[in-house]
Amino acid sequence: MLAIWKREVQNYFLTPIGYVFMGIFLLVGGIFFFLYNIMSASADLSTMFSNLSYLFMLAVPILTMKLLSEEKRNKSDQLLLTSPRSIWDIVLGKFLAACTVLLMTMAVTLVYVIVIAVYANDPIYGNSVNVGLIISNYLGFFLLGCGYIAIGTLMSALTENQVSAAVLTLGVNMLLQMIESILPQITLPDGLSFLNVGFSWLSMYTRFYQFAAGILSIANVIYYVSLCGIILFLAVRVIDKRRWSEG
Amino acid sequence: MIEIQNISKKYGDKYAVKDATFTIKKGEILGFLGRNGAGKSTTMNIVTGYISATSGKVTVNGHDILEDPREAKRCIGYLPELPPLYMDMTVDEYLRFVCAIKDVKKSYVKTHLDDITELVRITDVRKRLIKNLSKGYKQRVGIAQALIGNPEVVILDEPTVGLDPRQIIEIRKLIKELGEDHTVVLSSHILHEVADVCERVVIINQGSIVAQDTLDNLTKNISETSRFRLRVAGPEREVQKLIRDVPGTRTVDQMGVKEADTFDFLVEADRNTDIRRPLFQSLAKAGYPMLMLRPMDIELEDIFLQLTNERGEE
Repeated sequence: MLAIWKREVQNYFLTPIGYVFMGIFLLVGGIFFFLYNIMSASADLSTMFSNLSYLFMLAVPILTMKLLSEEKRNKSDQLLLTSPRSIWDIVLGKFLAACTVLLMTMAVTLVYVIVIAVYANDPIYGNSVNVGLIISNYLGFFLLGCGYIAIGTLMSALTENQVSAAVLTLGVNMLLQMIESILPQITLPDGLSFLNVGFSWLSMYTRFYQFAAGILSIANVIYYVSLCGIILFLAVRVIDKRRWSEG
Repeated sequence: MIEIQNISKKYGDKYAVKDATFTIKKGEILGFLGRNGAGKSTTMNIVTGYISATSGKVTVNGHDILEDPREAKRCIGYLPELPPLYMDMTVDEYLRFVCAIKDVKKSYVKTHLDDITELVRITDVRKRLIKNLSKGYKQRVGIAQALIGNPEVVILDEPTVGLDPRQIIEIRKLIKELGEDHTVVLSSHILHEVADVCERVVIINQGSIVAQDTLDNLTKNISETSRFRLRVAGPEREVQKLIRDVPGTRTVDQMGVKEADTFDFLVEADRNTDIRRPLFQSLAKAGYPMLMLRPMDIELEDIFLQLTNERGEE
Protein backbone atom coordinates (compact mmCIF):
# COMPACT_ATOMS: atom_id res chain seq x y z
CA MET A 1 0.00 0.00 0.00
CA LEU A 2 2.83 2.34 0.89
CA ALA A 3 4.41 1.88 -2.54
CA ILE A 4 1.15 2.73 -4.28
CA TRP A 5 0.62 5.74 -2.02
CA LYS A 6 4.14 6.98 -2.72
CA ARG A 7 3.86 6.57 -6.47
CA GLU A 8 0.54 8.33 -6.54
CA VAL A 9 1.76 11.32 -4.49
CA GLN A 10 4.82 11.58 -6.75
CA ASN A 11 2.57 11.36 -9.76
CA TYR A 12 0.54 14.38 -8.63
CA PHE A 13 3.71 16.42 -8.90
CA LEU A 14 5.15 14.75 -12.00
CA THR A 15 2.03 15.82 -13.83
CA PRO A 16 0.50 19.30 -13.60
CA ILE A 17 -2.46 18.03 -11.57
CA GLY A 18 -0.94 18.61 -8.14
CA TYR A 19 0.17 22.10 -9.06
CA VAL A 20 -3.13 23.01 -10.66
CA PHE A 21 -5.03 21.88 -7.61
CA MET A 22 -2.74 23.62 -5.13
CA GLY A 23 -2.62 26.73 -7.27
CA ILE A 24 -6.39 27.14 -7.52
CA PHE A 25 -6.96 26.24 -3.90
CA LEU A 26 -4.34 28.59 -2.54
CA LEU A 27 -5.24 31.45 -4.86
CA VAL A 28 -8.89 31.42 -3.88
CA GLY A 29 -7.99 30.62 -0.28
CA GLY A 30 -5.76 33.69 -0.24
CA ILE A 31 -8.55 35.87 -1.60
CA PHE A 32 -10.97 34.55 1.04
CA PHE A 33 -8.41 35.11 3.78
CA PHE A 34 -7.88 38.65 2.60
CA LEU A 35 -11.61 39.36 2.43
CA TYR A 36 -12.87 37.66 5.57
CA ASN A 37 -9.90 37.98 7.88
CA ILE A 38 -7.67 40.85 6.88
CA MET A 39 -10.27 43.24 5.53
CA SER A 40 -12.76 42.44 8.27
CA ALA A 41 -10.01 42.28 10.90
CA SER A 42 -11.17 38.91 12.18
CA ALA A 43 -9.10 36.16 13.76
CA ASP A 44 -11.75 33.55 13.06
CA LEU A 45 -10.83 31.32 10.13
CA SER A 46 -14.17 29.52 9.98
CA THR A 47 -15.71 31.84 7.37
CA MET A 48 -12.73 31.29 5.12
CA PHE A 49 -12.89 27.54 5.59
CA SER A 50 -16.62 27.23 5.04
CA ASN A 51 -16.27 29.18 1.81
CA LEU A 52 -13.25 27.12 0.84
CA SER A 53 -15.27 23.96 1.40
CA TYR A 54 -17.48 24.91 -1.57
CA LEU A 55 -14.41 25.52 -3.65
CA PHE A 56 -12.94 22.23 -2.57
CA MET A 57 -16.10 20.45 -3.59
CA LEU A 58 -15.62 21.90 -7.08
CA ALA A 59 -11.89 21.15 -7.14
CA VAL A 60 -11.89 17.63 -5.72
CA PRO A 61 -12.51 15.97 -9.11
CA ILE A 62 -9.12 17.33 -10.20
CA LEU A 63 -7.53 15.15 -7.55
CA THR A 64 -9.64 12.05 -7.90
CA MET A 65 -10.85 11.75 -11.49
CA LYS A 66 -7.93 9.73 -12.79
CA LEU A 67 -7.07 7.77 -9.65
CA LEU A 68 -8.59 4.49 -10.80
CA SER A 69 -10.16 5.31 -14.15
CA GLU A 70 -6.89 5.95 -15.90
CA GLU A 71 -5.33 2.72 -14.65
CA LYS A 72 -8.20 0.86 -16.20
CA ARG A 73 -8.06 2.78 -19.44
CA ASN A 74 -4.29 2.26 -19.84
CA LYS A 75 -4.60 -1.31 -18.59
CA SER A 76 -1.88 -0.57 -16.06
CA ASP A 77 -4.30 -1.99 -13.51
CA GLN A 78 -3.14 -5.35 -14.85
CA LEU A 79 0.16 -4.77 -13.11
CA LEU A 80 -1.47 -3.90 -9.80
CA LEU A 81 -4.12 -6.61 -9.87
CA THR A 82 -1.68 -9.37 -10.82
CA SER A 83 0.83 -8.29 -8.18
CA PRO A 84 0.62 -9.71 -4.67
CA ARG A 85 -1.20 -6.55 -3.52
CA SER A 86 -4.86 -6.73 -2.53
CA ILE A 87 -7.50 -4.44 -4.00
CA TRP A 88 -7.75 -2.74 -0.60
CA ASP A 89 -4.05 -1.86 -0.80
CA ILE A 90 -4.59 -0.28 -4.19
CA VAL A 91 -7.71 1.71 -3.32
CA LEU A 92 -6.46 2.81 0.08
CA GLY A 93 -3.06 3.81 -1.30
CA LYS A 94 -4.68 5.99 -3.92
CA PHE A 95 -7.22 7.50 -1.55
CA LEU A 96 -4.54 8.37 0.98
CA ALA A 97 -2.37 9.91 -1.73
CA ALA A 98 -5.15 12.36 -2.63
CA CYS A 99 -5.67 13.08 1.09
CA THR A 100 -1.94 13.74 1.38
CA VAL A 101 -2.07 16.36 -1.36
CA LEU A 102 -5.01 17.99 0.45
CA LEU A 103 -3.01 17.94 3.68
CA MET A 104 0.02 19.46 1.96
CA THR A 105 -2.13 22.23 0.52
CA MET A 106 -3.68 22.89 3.90
CA ALA A 107 -0.23 23.00 5.43
CA VAL A 108 0.56 26.01 3.24
CA THR A 109 -2.43 27.84 4.68
CA LEU A 110 -0.77 27.65 8.09
CA VAL A 111 0.88 30.87 6.93
CA TYR A 112 -2.48 32.55 7.57
CA VAL A 113 -2.46 31.24 11.11
CA ILE A 114 0.97 32.75 11.63
CA VAL A 115 -0.24 36.06 10.21
CA ILE A 116 -3.18 36.00 12.59
CA ALA A 117 -1.07 34.96 15.52
CA VAL A 118 1.23 37.92 14.93
CA TYR A 119 -1.30 40.63 14.14
CA ALA A 120 -4.35 39.61 16.13
CA ASN A 121 -2.45 40.23 19.33
CA ASP A 122 -3.63 43.76 19.94
CA PRO A 123 -2.15 45.65 22.91
CA ILE A 124 -5.50 47.26 23.65
CA TYR A 125 -8.03 44.51 22.91
CA GLY A 126 -5.79 41.62 23.94
CA ASN A 127 -5.23 38.34 22.16
CA SER A 128 -8.21 37.33 20.05
CA VAL A 129 -6.66 34.14 18.68
CA ASN A 130 -8.67 31.08 19.58
CA VAL A 131 -6.32 28.11 19.14
CA GLY A 132 -9.00 25.52 19.77
CA LEU A 133 -11.27 27.02 17.13
CA ILE A 134 -8.47 27.04 14.57
CA ILE A 135 -7.57 23.42 15.25
CA SER A 136 -11.16 22.24 15.01
CA ASN A 137 -11.61 24.19 11.77
CA TYR A 138 -8.56 22.56 10.26
CA LEU A 139 -9.58 19.10 11.40
CA GLY A 140 -13.15 19.56 10.22
CA PHE A 141 -12.06 20.79 6.84
CA PHE A 142 -9.61 17.94 6.39
CA LEU A 143 -12.20 15.31 7.34
CA LEU A 144 -14.82 16.81 5.06
CA GLY A 145 -12.20 16.86 2.31
CA CYS A 146 -11.44 13.18 2.88
CA GLY A 147 -15.15 12.44 2.56
CA TYR A 148 -15.26 14.19 -0.82
CA ILE A 149 -12.09 12.41 -1.91
CA ALA A 150 -13.59 9.04 -0.96
CA ILE A 151 -16.62 9.81 -3.13
CA GLY A 152 -14.28 10.84 -5.96
CA THR A 153 -12.34 7.59 -5.59
CA LEU A 154 -15.52 5.56 -5.82
CA MET A 155 -16.66 7.46 -8.92
CA SER A 156 -13.25 6.95 -10.50
CA ALA A 157 -13.59 3.22 -9.90
CA LEU A 158 -16.95 3.20 -11.65
CA THR A 159 -15.85 4.49 -15.02
CA GLU A 160 -12.97 4.30 -17.47
CA ASN A 161 -13.37 7.88 -18.49
CA GLN A 162 -11.80 10.66 -16.46
CA VAL A 163 -14.36 13.24 -17.51
CA SER A 164 -17.27 11.01 -16.52
CA ALA A 165 -15.56 10.40 -13.20
CA ALA A 166 -15.14 14.13 -12.65
CA VAL A 167 -18.74 14.96 -13.52
CA LEU A 168 -20.10 12.11 -11.40
CA THR A 169 -18.00 13.21 -8.46
CA LEU A 170 -19.20 16.77 -8.76
CA GLY A 171 -22.83 15.68 -9.09
CA VAL A 172 -22.80 13.33 -6.13
CA ASN A 173 -20.92 15.74 -3.90
CA MET A 174 -23.33 18.56 -4.73
CA LEU A 175 -26.28 16.34 -4.06
CA LEU A 176 -24.86 15.30 -0.70
CA GLN A 177 -24.33 18.92 0.14
CA MET A 178 -27.82 19.92 -0.83
CA ILE A 179 -29.38 17.26 1.38
CA GLU A 180 -29.07 19.58 4.30
CA SER A 181 -31.09 22.31 2.71
CA ILE A 182 -33.57 20.00 1.00
CA LEU A 183 -34.46 17.77 3.94
CA PRO A 184 -36.22 20.40 6.12
CA GLN A 185 -38.43 21.28 3.14
CA ILE A 186 -39.82 17.79 2.82
CA THR A 187 -42.41 16.37 5.14
CA LEU A 188 -42.35 12.63 4.96
CA PRO A 189 -45.32 10.46 6.05
CA ASP A 190 -44.91 8.96 9.51
CA GLY A 191 -43.90 5.55 8.28
CA LEU A 192 -41.08 6.92 6.15
CA SER A 193 -39.51 9.30 8.61
CA PHE A 194 -36.62 6.88 9.00
CA LEU A 195 -35.55 8.04 5.53
CA ASN A 196 -34.96 11.44 7.02
CA VAL A 197 -32.52 9.94 9.48
CA GLY A 198 -30.78 8.01 6.72
CA PHE A 199 -30.41 11.01 4.48
CA SER A 200 -29.24 13.30 7.20
CA TRP A 201 -26.65 10.67 8.03
CA LEU A 202 -25.29 11.18 4.52
CA SER A 203 -25.00 14.91 4.96
CA MET A 204 -21.32 15.50 5.52
CA TYR A 205 -21.94 19.19 5.94
CA THR A 206 -23.93 19.00 9.15
CA ARG A 207 -20.86 17.64 10.97
CA PHE A 208 -18.57 20.08 9.28
CA TYR A 209 -20.51 23.04 10.72
CA GLN A 210 -20.03 21.66 14.19
CA PHE A 211 -16.28 21.61 13.64
CA ALA A 212 -16.45 25.13 12.21
CA ALA A 213 -18.25 26.28 15.32
CA GLY A 214 -15.43 24.86 17.40
CA ILE A 215 -17.17 21.71 18.61
CA LEU A 216 -14.60 18.93 18.60
CA SER A 217 -16.45 15.68 19.03
CA ILE A 218 -14.99 12.23 18.70
CA ALA A 219 -18.32 11.01 17.36
CA ASN A 220 -17.97 13.30 14.37
CA VAL A 221 -14.43 12.17 13.71
CA ILE A 222 -15.59 8.55 13.80
CA TYR A 223 -18.47 9.51 11.50
CA TYR A 224 -16.11 10.77 8.81
CA VAL A 225 -13.66 7.91 9.17
CA SER A 226 -16.40 5.29 8.93
CA LEU A 227 -18.08 7.11 6.05
CA CYS A 228 -14.79 7.02 4.12
CA GLY A 229 -14.38 3.36 5.07
CA ILE A 230 -17.80 2.46 3.70
CA ILE A 231 -17.37 4.43 0.47
CA LEU A 232 -13.94 2.91 -0.14
CA PHE A 233 -15.34 -0.53 0.58
CA LEU A 234 -17.83 0.09 -2.21
CA ALA A 235 -14.96 1.10 -4.51
CA VAL A 236 -13.16 -2.15 -3.70
CA ARG A 237 -16.34 -4.11 -4.42
CA VAL A 238 -16.77 -2.31 -7.75
CA ILE A 239 -13.27 -3.31 -8.85
CA ASP A 240 -13.61 -6.86 -7.60
CA LYS A 241 -16.98 -7.20 -9.23
CA ARG A 242 -15.54 -6.20 -12.59
CA ARG A 243 -13.14 -9.14 -12.46
CA TRP A 244 -16.15 -11.43 -12.25
CA SER A 245 -18.22 -9.56 -14.78
CA GLU A 246 -19.76 -11.44 -17.65
CA GLY A 247 -20.93 -8.42 -19.53
CA MET B 1 3.67 -25.96 -11.70
CA ILE B 2 0.41 -24.40 -12.95
CA GLU B 3 -2.72 -26.52 -13.19
CA ILE B 4 -5.62 -25.18 -15.19
CA GLN B 5 -8.74 -27.24 -14.60
CA ASN B 6 -11.91 -26.83 -16.65
CA ILE B 7 -11.88 -23.07 -16.68
CA SER B 8 -14.65 -21.25 -18.51
CA LYS B 9 -15.30 -17.57 -18.91
CA LYS B 10 -18.63 -16.40 -20.17
CA TYR B 11 -19.39 -12.99 -21.62
CA GLY B 12 -23.11 -12.69 -22.13
CA ASP B 13 -24.16 -15.89 -23.91
CA LYS B 14 -20.77 -16.42 -25.49
CA TYR B 15 -17.93 -18.35 -24.00
CA ALA B 16 -14.60 -16.59 -24.34
CA VAL B 17 -12.97 -19.68 -22.87
CA LYS B 18 -14.79 -22.97 -22.57
CA ASP B 19 -13.78 -25.83 -20.34
CA ALA B 20 -10.04 -25.38 -20.86
CA THR B 21 -7.78 -27.85 -19.08
CA PHE B 22 -4.01 -27.97 -19.37
CA THR B 23 -0.90 -27.91 -17.25
CA ILE B 24 2.23 -25.87 -17.43
CA LYS B 25 5.18 -27.97 -16.39
CA LYS B 26 8.14 -26.73 -14.46
CA GLY B 27 11.03 -25.54 -16.60
CA GLU B 28 9.38 -25.76 -20.00
CA ILE B 29 8.73 -23.10 -22.62
CA LEU B 30 5.10 -23.55 -23.48
CA GLY B 31 3.58 -22.05 -26.59
CA PHE B 32 0.00 -20.93 -26.32
CA LEU B 33 -1.27 -20.70 -29.82
CA GLY B 34 -4.49 -19.39 -31.24
CA ARG B 35 -5.95 -17.02 -33.73
CA ASN B 36 -6.85 -13.48 -32.73
CA GLY B 37 -9.89 -13.61 -30.51
CA ALA B 38 -9.50 -17.32 -29.77
CA GLY B 39 -9.38 -16.69 -26.02
CA LYS B 40 -5.63 -16.53 -25.43
CA SER B 41 -5.57 -13.29 -23.50
CA THR B 42 -8.66 -14.19 -21.52
CA THR B 43 -7.02 -17.44 -20.45
CA MET B 44 -3.79 -15.65 -19.53
CA ASN B 45 -5.76 -13.06 -17.56
CA ILE B 46 -7.52 -15.80 -15.63
CA VAL B 47 -4.30 -17.68 -14.90
CA THR B 48 -2.65 -14.53 -13.58
CA GLY B 49 -5.66 -13.59 -11.47
CA TYR B 50 -6.49 -10.39 -13.32
CA ILE B 51 -10.00 -11.61 -14.02
CA SER B 52 -11.91 -14.50 -12.52
CA ALA B 53 -13.20 -17.50 -14.37
CA THR B 54 -16.92 -18.20 -14.47
CA SER B 55 -16.09 -21.74 -13.41
CA GLY B 56 -13.04 -23.92 -13.03
CA LYS B 57 -9.91 -23.75 -11.00
CA VAL B 58 -6.34 -22.50 -11.39
CA THR B 59 -3.62 -23.53 -8.99
CA VAL B 60 -0.10 -22.14 -9.08
CA ASN B 61 2.43 -24.21 -7.17
CA GLY B 62 -0.45 -25.59 -5.14
CA HIS B 63 -1.88 -22.14 -4.35
CA ASP B 64 -5.36 -21.50 -5.63
CA ILE B 65 -5.42 -18.18 -7.51
CA LEU B 66 -8.71 -17.18 -5.90
CA GLU B 67 -8.30 -18.56 -2.40
CA ASP B 68 -4.64 -17.78 -1.90
CA PRO B 69 -4.01 -15.03 -4.46
CA ARG B 70 -1.05 -13.45 -2.70
CA GLU B 71 1.12 -16.56 -2.81
CA ALA B 72 -0.06 -17.62 -6.24
CA LYS B 73 0.61 -14.21 -7.76
CA ARG B 74 4.07 -14.14 -6.22
CA CYS B 75 5.02 -17.11 -8.45
CA ILE B 76 3.96 -15.39 -11.67
CA GLY B 77 5.47 -12.58 -13.70
CA TYR B 78 3.05 -11.33 -16.33
CA LEU B 79 3.50 -9.24 -19.43
CA PRO B 80 0.00 -8.48 -20.73
CA GLU B 81 -0.71 -7.73 -24.37
CA LEU B 82 -0.31 -4.03 -23.66
CA PRO B 83 2.66 -3.53 -21.30
CA PRO B 84 1.28 -2.00 -18.08
CA LEU B 85 3.58 1.02 -17.99
CA TYR B 86 3.28 4.42 -16.40
CA MET B 87 4.28 6.86 -19.10
CA ASP B 88 5.17 9.71 -16.76
CA MET B 89 7.83 7.75 -14.90
CA THR B 90 11.41 7.00 -15.84
CA VAL B 91 12.33 3.37 -16.41
CA ASP B 92 14.20 3.29 -13.11
CA GLU B 93 11.37 4.84 -11.09
CA TYR B 94 8.91 2.46 -12.66
CA LEU B 95 10.95 -0.66 -12.01
CA ARG B 96 11.57 0.44 -8.43
CA PHE B 97 7.84 0.86 -7.98
CA VAL B 98 7.28 -2.66 -9.32
CA CYS B 99 9.94 -3.94 -6.89
CA ALA B 100 8.02 -2.31 -4.05
CA ILE B 101 4.64 -3.79 -4.94
CA LYS B 102 6.20 -7.19 -5.49
CA ASP B 103 7.88 -7.18 -2.09
CA VAL B 104 11.49 -7.22 -3.29
CA LYS B 105 13.75 -6.65 -0.30
CA LYS B 106 15.08 -3.08 -0.21
CA SER B 107 18.70 -4.18 0.11
CA TYR B 108 18.34 -6.42 -2.94
CA VAL B 109 16.62 -3.92 -5.26
CA LYS B 110 19.77 -2.40 -6.72
CA THR B 111 21.45 -5.68 -7.69
CA HIS B 112 18.16 -7.11 -8.86
CA LEU B 113 17.48 -4.17 -11.17
CA ASP B 114 21.06 -4.16 -12.46
CA ASP B 115 20.74 -7.84 -13.37
CA ILE B 116 17.35 -7.52 -15.03
CA THR B 117 18.11 -4.37 -17.01
CA GLU B 118 21.30 -6.05 -18.18
CA LEU B 119 19.40 -9.18 -19.22
CA VAL B 120 16.71 -7.39 -21.22
CA ARG B 121 19.24 -4.80 -22.43
CA ILE B 122 17.65 -1.58 -21.23
CA THR B 123 20.56 -0.37 -19.09
CA ASP B 124 21.16 2.61 -21.37
CA VAL B 125 17.60 3.96 -21.08
CA ARG B 126 17.11 3.60 -17.33
CA LYS B 127 17.04 7.34 -16.75
CA ARG B 128 14.64 8.10 -19.58
CA LEU B 129 10.92 8.72 -19.40
CA ILE B 130 8.95 5.70 -20.52
CA LYS B 131 6.72 7.76 -22.82
CA ASN B 132 9.77 8.76 -24.87
CA LEU B 133 10.93 5.19 -25.49
CA SER B 134 10.45 3.31 -28.75
CA LYS B 135 7.96 0.47 -28.89
CA GLY B 136 10.70 -2.16 -28.71
CA TYR B 137 12.14 -0.62 -25.57
CA LYS B 138 8.71 -0.28 -23.99
CA GLN B 139 8.17 -3.97 -24.64
CA ARG B 140 11.45 -4.78 -22.94
CA VAL B 141 10.59 -2.63 -19.95
CA GLY B 142 7.39 -4.67 -19.83
CA ILE B 143 9.41 -7.90 -19.83
CA ALA B 144 11.73 -6.48 -17.15
CA GLN B 145 8.67 -5.73 -15.05
CA ALA B 146 7.53 -9.36 -15.39
CA LEU B 147 10.92 -10.62 -14.21
CA ILE B 148 11.00 -8.57 -11.03
CA GLY B 149 10.77 -10.61 -7.88
CA ASN B 150 12.23 -13.70 -9.59
CA PRO B 151 8.91 -15.37 -10.36
CA GLU B 152 9.11 -19.04 -11.27
CA VAL B 153 6.76 -18.62 -14.19
CA VAL B 154 6.92 -15.82 -16.72
CA ILE B 155 3.81 -15.38 -18.85
CA LEU B 156 4.23 -13.30 -21.99
CA ASP B 157 1.14 -12.37 -23.97
CA GLU B 158 2.05 -11.63 -27.60
CA PRO B 159 5.40 -10.07 -26.74
CA THR B 160 6.49 -9.40 -30.32
CA VAL B 161 3.38 -7.72 -31.70
CA GLY B 162 4.15 -4.46 -33.43
CA LEU B 163 7.92 -4.81 -33.32
CA ASP B 164 10.23 -4.62 -36.31
CA PRO B 165 11.88 -7.85 -37.55
CA ARG B 166 15.16 -7.14 -35.82
CA GLN B 167 13.49 -6.48 -32.48
CA ILE B 168 11.41 -9.61 -32.93
CA ILE B 169 14.54 -11.70 -33.33
CA GLU B 170 16.07 -10.11 -30.24
CA ILE B 171 12.97 -10.65 -28.12
CA ARG B 172 12.79 -14.31 -29.21
CA LYS B 173 16.41 -14.75 -28.27
CA LEU B 174 15.63 -13.19 -24.94
CA ILE B 175 12.70 -15.56 -24.40
CA LYS B 176 14.98 -18.52 -25.06
CA GLU B 177 17.44 -17.16 -22.53
CA LEU B 178 14.65 -16.75 -20.01
CA GLY B 179 13.64 -20.33 -20.62
CA GLU B 180 16.95 -21.50 -19.21
CA ASP B 181 15.97 -20.72 -15.65
CA HIS B 182 12.27 -19.89 -15.77
CA THR B 183 9.12 -21.62 -16.82
CA VAL B 184 7.90 -19.53 -19.74
CA VAL B 185 4.47 -19.34 -21.31
CA LEU B 186 4.47 -17.62 -24.66
CA SER B 187 1.11 -16.72 -26.07
CA SER B 188 1.14 -15.95 -29.75
CA HIS B 189 -0.75 -16.16 -33.01
CA ILE B 190 2.47 -16.38 -34.98
CA LEU B 191 3.17 -20.02 -35.74
CA HIS B 192 6.82 -19.97 -36.57
CA GLU B 193 7.52 -17.92 -33.49
CA VAL B 194 6.10 -20.69 -31.36
CA ALA B 195 7.88 -23.31 -33.46
CA ASP B 196 11.12 -21.43 -33.02
CA VAL B 197 10.98 -20.96 -29.28
CA CYS B 198 8.70 -23.51 -27.67
CA GLU B 199 9.03 -27.15 -26.74
CA ARG B 200 5.38 -27.84 -26.21
CA VAL B 201 2.29 -26.24 -27.66
CA VAL B 202 -1.25 -25.75 -26.48
CA ILE B 203 -3.60 -24.75 -29.27
CA ILE B 204 -6.78 -22.90 -28.49
CA ASN B 205 -9.59 -22.21 -30.90
CA GLN B 206 -12.89 -20.46 -30.20
CA GLY B 207 -12.25 -20.74 -26.50
CA SER B 208 -11.55 -24.48 -26.45
CA ILE B 209 -8.26 -26.30 -26.23
CA VAL B 210 -7.98 -28.34 -29.43
CA ALA B 211 -4.53 -29.83 -29.01
CA GLN B 212 -1.65 -29.97 -26.59
CA ASP B 213 1.54 -31.87 -27.26
CA THR B 214 5.16 -31.49 -28.29
CA LEU B 215 5.69 -30.10 -31.75
CA ASP B 216 7.16 -33.38 -33.01
CA ASN B 217 4.22 -35.42 -31.88
CA LEU B 218 1.75 -32.98 -33.33
CA THR B 219 3.39 -33.15 -36.73
CA LYS B 220 3.67 -36.93 -36.57
CA ASN B 221 0.10 -37.53 -35.58
CA ILE B 222 -1.40 -35.28 -38.12
CA SER B 223 -0.34 -37.28 -41.15
CA GLU B 224 1.21 -40.61 -42.17
CA THR B 225 2.68 -39.24 -45.34
CA SER B 226 5.52 -36.99 -46.31
CA ARG B 227 5.41 -34.70 -49.30
CA PHE B 228 7.98 -33.45 -51.78
CA ARG B 229 7.94 -30.94 -54.48
CA LEU B 230 10.18 -31.62 -57.45
CA ARG B 231 11.04 -30.07 -60.76
CA VAL B 232 12.10 -32.33 -63.62
CA ALA B 233 13.18 -31.50 -67.15
CA GLY B 234 11.42 -34.07 -69.34
CA PRO B 235 8.09 -35.06 -70.89
CA GLU B 236 5.25 -34.81 -68.45
CA ARG B 237 3.58 -38.23 -68.83
CA GLU B 238 6.72 -40.29 -68.81
CA VAL B 239 8.19 -38.51 -65.81
CA GLN B 240 4.92 -38.86 -63.94
CA LYS B 241 4.90 -42.59 -64.68
CA LEU B 242 8.51 -42.99 -63.54
CA ILE B 243 7.77 -41.27 -60.25
CA ARG B 244 4.67 -43.34 -59.67
CA ASP B 245 6.65 -46.53 -60.16
CA VAL B 246 9.03 -45.76 -57.29
CA PRO B 247 7.94 -47.99 -54.38
CA GLY B 248 6.40 -46.02 -51.54
CA THR B 249 4.85 -43.32 -53.70
CA ARG B 250 1.21 -42.72 -53.08
CA THR B 251 0.14 -39.86 -55.32
CA VAL B 252 1.73 -37.66 -57.94
CA ASP B 253 0.20 -34.37 -58.96
CA GLN B 254 1.35 -32.14 -61.75
CA MET B 255 1.83 -28.62 -60.45
CA GLY B 256 2.30 -26.73 -63.70
CA VAL B 257 5.27 -25.21 -65.49
CA LYS B 258 7.38 -22.83 -63.43
CA GLU B 259 10.46 -22.91 -65.67
CA ALA B 260 10.73 -23.43 -69.43
CA ASP B 261 10.83 -27.11 -70.54
CA THR B 262 10.26 -28.46 -67.02
CA PHE B 263 7.34 -29.71 -65.00
CA ASP B 264 6.70 -29.40 -61.27
CA PHE B 265 5.20 -32.29 -59.33
CA LEU B 266 3.85 -32.74 -55.85
CA VAL B 267 4.64 -36.22 -54.61
CA GLU B 268 3.13 -37.82 -51.56
CA ALA B 269 4.85 -40.88 -50.10
CA ASP B 270 4.70 -43.15 -47.06
CA ARG B 271 6.33 -41.44 -44.13
CA ASN B 272 8.45 -44.46 -43.28
CA THR B 273 9.98 -45.01 -46.73
CA ASP B 274 12.51 -42.57 -48.03
CA ILE B 275 11.79 -42.38 -51.75
CA ARG B 276 14.38 -39.73 -52.57
CA ARG B 277 17.29 -41.97 -53.59
CA PRO B 278 15.37 -44.40 -55.80
CA LEU B 279 13.51 -41.47 -57.30
CA PHE B 280 16.74 -39.70 -58.20
CA GLN B 281 18.27 -42.82 -59.71
CA SER B 282 15.27 -43.74 -61.75
CA LEU B 283 14.97 -40.26 -63.26
CA ALA B 284 18.72 -40.04 -63.91
CA LYS B 285 18.69 -43.41 -65.62
CA ALA B 286 15.93 -42.24 -67.95
CA GLY B 287 17.90 -39.09 -68.71
CA TYR B 288 15.47 -36.62 -67.15
CA PRO B 289 17.50 -34.40 -64.84
CA MET B 290 15.94 -33.48 -61.52
CA LEU B 291 16.37 -29.73 -61.02
CA MET B 292 14.81 -29.41 -57.60
CA LEU B 293 13.71 -31.66 -54.76
CA ARG B 294 12.17 -29.96 -51.77
CA PRO B 295 10.60 -31.79 -48.85
CA MET B 296 7.29 -30.19 -47.88
CA ASP B 297 7.09 -31.05 -44.23
CA ILE B 298 3.77 -30.81 -42.59
CA GLU B 299 4.15 -27.50 -40.90
CA LEU B 300 2.60 -26.00 -37.89
CA GLU B 301 0.43 -24.03 -40.27
CA ASP B 302 -1.14 -27.23 -41.55
CA ILE B 303 -1.74 -28.61 -38.10
CA PHE B 304 -3.17 -25.35 -37.04
CA LEU B 305 -5.46 -24.95 -39.99
CA GLN B 306 -6.57 -28.55 -39.79
CA LEU B 307 -7.36 -28.34 -36.09
CA THR B 308 -9.08 -24.99 -36.25
CA ASN B 309 -11.05 -25.89 -39.35
CA GLU B 310 -12.28 -29.13 -37.90
CA ARG B 311 -13.64 -27.21 -34.98
CA GLY B 312 -15.06 -24.52 -37.20
CA GLU B 313 -17.00 -27.05 -39.26
CA GLU B 314 -18.54 -28.82 -36.32
